[in-house]
Amino acid sequence: MITMKDIHKAFGQNRVLRGVNLVVPKGKSMVIIGGSGTGKSILLKCILGLVNPDSGVITVAGEDVTHTDRDVLLSRFGMLFQGGALFDSLPVWHNVAFRLLRGKAALPRAEARAVAIEKLRRVGLKPDVADLFPAELSGGMQKRVGLARAIAAEPEIIFFDEPTTGLDPIMSGVINDLIREIVVEMGATAMTITHDMTSVRAIADEVAMLHDGIIQWTGPIGDMDASPDPYLQQFIHGRAKGPIEAVR
Amino acid sequence: MTTVLAPVAHLGRMTLAMLASLGRVALFAMLTISHLFRPPFYLKEFAQALMTIGYFSLPVVGMTALFTGGALALQIYAGGARFNAESVVPSIVAIGMTRELGPVLGGLMVAARVASSIAAEIGTMKVTEQIDALVTLSTHPMKYLTVPRVLAATLAVPVLVGVGDIIGIMGGYLVGITRLDFNSATFLRNTIEFLEAWDVGSGLVKGAVFGFVVALMGCYYGMNSERGAQGVGRATKSAVVAASVMILATNYILTELFFTS
Ligand SMILES: Nc1ncnc2c1ncn2[C@@H]1O[C@H](COP(=O)(O)OP(=O)(O)OP(=O)(O)O)[C@@H](O)[C@H]1O
Ligand SMILES: [Mg+2]
Repeated sequence: MITMKDIHKAFGQNRVLRGVNLVVPKGKSMVIIGGSGTGKSILLKCILGLVNPDSGVITVAGEDVTHTDRDVLLSRFGMLFQGGALFDSLPVWHNVAFRLLRGKAALPRAEARAVAIEKLRRVGLKPDVADLFPAELSGGMQKRVGLARAIAAEPEIIFFDEPTTGLDPIMSGVINDLIREIVVEMGATAMTITHDMTSVRAIADEVAMLHDGIIQWTGPIGDMDASPDPYLQQFIHGRAKGPIEAVR
Repeated sequence: MTTVLAPVAHLGRMTLAMLASLGRVALFAMLTISHLFRPPFYLKEFAQALMTIGYFSLPVVGMTALFTGGALALQIYAGGARFNAESVVPSIVAIGMTRELGPVLGGLMVAARVASSIAAEIGTMKVTEQIDALVTLSTHPMKYLTVPRVLAATLAVPVLVGVGDIIGIMGGYLVGITRLDFNSATFLRNTIEFLEAWDVGSGLVKGAVFGFVVALMGCYYGMNSERGAQGVGRATKSAVVAASVMILATNYILTELFFTS
């Protein structure tokens, strides 16, 4: 279980997070929605310790993340970055197998490569991309390699930052199914950021909407459509008019 | 009054900022050294860095040394002719190359080649979140990126300096026998007779320090790169400038340490 209590984060004058409170139950899929630039990516980075919040407490499985051994903590996490963040000096398979090749439980090279190829297959990539370099792939393919890397070590907690942006509708469907499978079959806890309402409905157990630096609305996916919250309604129906200004 | 003092205030702020960044660089250097001795060690990255920093710098350093040695011979000859001391050419070329010009010019060339490429590479990794990705994959960026490069440069640059010394002296020798009518055997004898081991040794020690400085600056500015292509550009420029200035400054300090007693 991940809990966030009163998280604040500002960049100079830009007060991005202004008191975020959120609970992500273990083994559930939480989807975060919200306008561009509202701080969704920053929120995930705060949990991972890549960005230090100005104030507030984040706990993972009851332990305060600032007081636990970061290596131990991070070994339970997988993260897909919004921009893919693939290591461009390494071939695709090595990117995917990066964690498997190091640490105490390191696998032999051939075995790690086999796992990488299997993970690539799960995100809809053929074995021949394994030996290409990230720069030789299309944007959507890079995204999927990033996804394969995030799930390669079968982490307990997985963060996906916009897993389906830049993918065609069919591939989006494949990725949505994959995320669902990971949560249901492997019992992982997932936090996914997405702008795609089809993905939200396919992936989410719970939904949280970030707006103006706070969680504007949160609840089970089943309650989303019936909620009277005007911000949420404007967002899920993609209306230009409403309480959320178009220029932010 | 305030407008009159504005430049002074600006100067003061710049000085403070410079001192602060000096402190940060020193911290970064100490952190790097402390990680040097703690596992895990990344041998493959180290070997790769050795290749790119050492081996691939050979042509640049070699060319620099060759032309410098040649020009040095011409200058010393012309200068020496004023008081009939043309015969000092071989030994001055040898001492000048090994003590000063070999390490300093070699270091500066490596700074241009290596500090820039390290800063650009690590800076790009930083702005494309690859450094963040490393952290989430339980890999310490300092150990994985900085330590192999700094260690490789510290070991490789002295070797480059040694090779540069030989090529530089050869440049002087070639100019000496073809353009200045030196006898080949006399030139070589003079070179060897007056050269002491510490002339060469001090240059190699300087090379090691310069290698450390160059890679450290590349890594420091890369890791602290700001966002976007502009940020990486600035990081690259700062790395080269800082590495070059620090090479010249440490060169003075080391020369003072080694040769005044
Ligand atoms: N390193 C940084 N320095 C300064 N400002 C930053 C930094 N990172 C993010 N920001 C600011 O924080 C805000 C939130 O950024 P974030 O990337 O979290 O947005 P987001 O909700 O993920 O948006 P999108 O949906 O477009 O990805 C933005 O206004 C951005 O300008
Ligand atoms: Mg984002």
